[in-house]
Amino acid sequence: MKAASLPVQRPAQAKLLVVDHHGNIRHWARSKFAELLRPGDLIVANDAATLPASLSGQHLPSGRPIEVRLAGRRALALDAVREFSAVVFGAGDFRTRTEDRPLPPPLAAGDRLALGPLRAIVTELLNHPRLVRLEFDGSPEKIWEGLARHGHPIQYSYVAKPLALWDVWTPIAGMPVAFEPPSAGFALDWDILESMSGRGLEFATITHAASVSSTGDPELDALLPFDEPYRISELTALAISKARARGGRIIAIGTTVVRALEDAAEFDGSVRVGEGLATHRIGTNGRLHVVNAILSGTHEPGTSHYDLLRAFIDDTTLRRVDHELDARGYRTHEFGDSVYIERKANANTQEHAHRM
Amino acid sequence: MKKSQDLAREPLSGLRVAVTGGTSGLGLALVREFLNRGAQVAFVARRREGVERVVREHKGAHGVVGDVSKKEDIHPIAIQLMGALGGLDVLINNASDLGPTPLALLADTECEDLERALATNLLGPFRLTKALLGALASSAREGREAVVLNVSSDAAVNPYSRWGAYSASKAALHHLSRIWNAELADRGIHFLTLDPGDMDTPLHAAAVPDANPSELKSPETAAREFVKAIATTLSDRSPKAEHAVKEALYESS
Repeated sequence: MKAASLPVQRPAQAKLLVVDHHGNIRHWARSKFAELLRPGDLIVANDAATLPASLSGQHLPSGRPIEVRLAGRRALALDAVREFSAVVFGAGDFRTRTEDRPLPPPLAAGDRLALGPLRAIVTELLNHPRLVRLEFDGSPEKIWEGLARHGHPIQYSYVAKPLALWDVWTPIAGMPVAFEPPSAGFALDWDILESMSGRGLEFATITHAASVSSTGDPELDALLPFDEPYRISELTALAISKARARGGRIIAIGTTVVRALEDAAEFDGSVRVGEGLATHRIGTNGRLHVVNAILSGTHEPGTSHYDLLRAFIDDTTLRRVDHELDARGYRTHEFGDSVYIERKANANTQEHAHRM
Repeated sequence: MKKSQDLAREPLSGLRVAVTGGTSGLGLALVREFLNRGAQVAFVARRREGVERVVREHKGAHGVVGDVSKKEDIHPIAIQLMGALGGLDVLINNASDLGPTPLALLADTECEDLERALATNLLGPFRLTKALLGALASSAREGREAVVLNVSSDAAVNPYSRWGAYSASKAALHHLSRIWNAELADRGIHFLTLDPGDMDTPLHAAAVPDANPSELKSPETAAREFVKAIATTLSDRSPKAEHAVKEALYESS
């Protein structure tokens, strides 16, 4: 697949590869995504807005330039902005491929960092020389201001133009807690949301602090996805229970929604209300309890996003999908084309029970 | 009867409110009125000294330094508002630019003066509303209906000589509000466009330097009227939404 290199959230020609629950593949226009759904289905999206989580600055003990990419927090509380986990890069910026970026200076607990107006201290190394826990100085208000004014959206070299938050906030973006955009939500605009109501489709949201999708370091990438806090409201949990009770399907917009809903899943397919911390990597081993189908970007084999799709379809079908995406010129990454995948029929006992 | 119940409930308590242009005139009066009514308030203004002064003098108010007329300031403002409030129920686009001062005939108005008035009075409210729409919609989905109040003027309707730049921008904002409302009221986001009248404010003093302040409305009076209009909009709607939520929760149990 080739990289989508322009930061356009909804290109008119965006494509959608569809895999139905029998494993049949067809090609569709992404703008007509809602036509694939049935009255009674519930669409669940991630309404997290994206933080400008790339912070350039200096490692004070060595005086050398660094880029810090905030990558995780433990909770979503408003004042829980003092402590973050972060991936540290050496000199340079997004214009260099992450794989080719120079390493940061050796990092140790107690190191002070100057990141624009923000000051932080490395409190701990997290099982990798470039993955740290850091703590900002100052009040939550000052930290929010420093992030808002100094940070830039995390960006990769395949998009040449420096991204603005205008480029990465989804149309439904609310609370700024994601470190990279929950980009499957780019597909939704207000026109689609409006057309959903007319089709008897329901719409609900969760808030999930999507972490970084890639670090360029194989050892670090193997640790992805990092732990991600999420929040599910009472009404969203209720909408899920009601949709299942009427035989409607739960359609997740993006991998983060799958991760949150499955982390909060109860044995009966309902979800726990409130805040949780998603820690599992979903893949072939994990059975899906809640989600019936996913709308997602196209992902390359080896990534955690790709692995998550293996919970929906078997590897043979996934290889056919890869082949079709390549053969038909689908574009990859956050501004690229999409896939819509229904959970394979034999993994979908709940749905069968309702149909009989 | 309904009125006294509403008062007892204080419908504005806990409401998350953002006000632009919050360090003087109507904006400052709105900040005070909402704080008095138990709302959580964050405000925006361009100058740091002014923001810090209002924060110092008003316990509980959150201040954000930013210029709504600049596109690149919009998300930094939105992030800080959300960081302070954790969500949003009411957005008041109050910050306004008069255009040329002293006021000028349109034929004498510099293009840049018109551009600045449009950037502050029209593009700013449009962009900030767009950036915060997800937050407002998220409140509405949870049964907390949302209100965006765009501060208008009788100059939005009447063609007063020498008020061209300001009038044209406020006329556009007025109509923008009505279209937003037509498109979003059904989704629980209500748009109000209200004329506060001629007030004793720095903006009015710049426009009409020889006006007698005692003949002008106080911004505090206008603020109370606006807050009442917002409370009415929310109380007209909220019982319905709350009822729907309660019904839904009841059904599921």
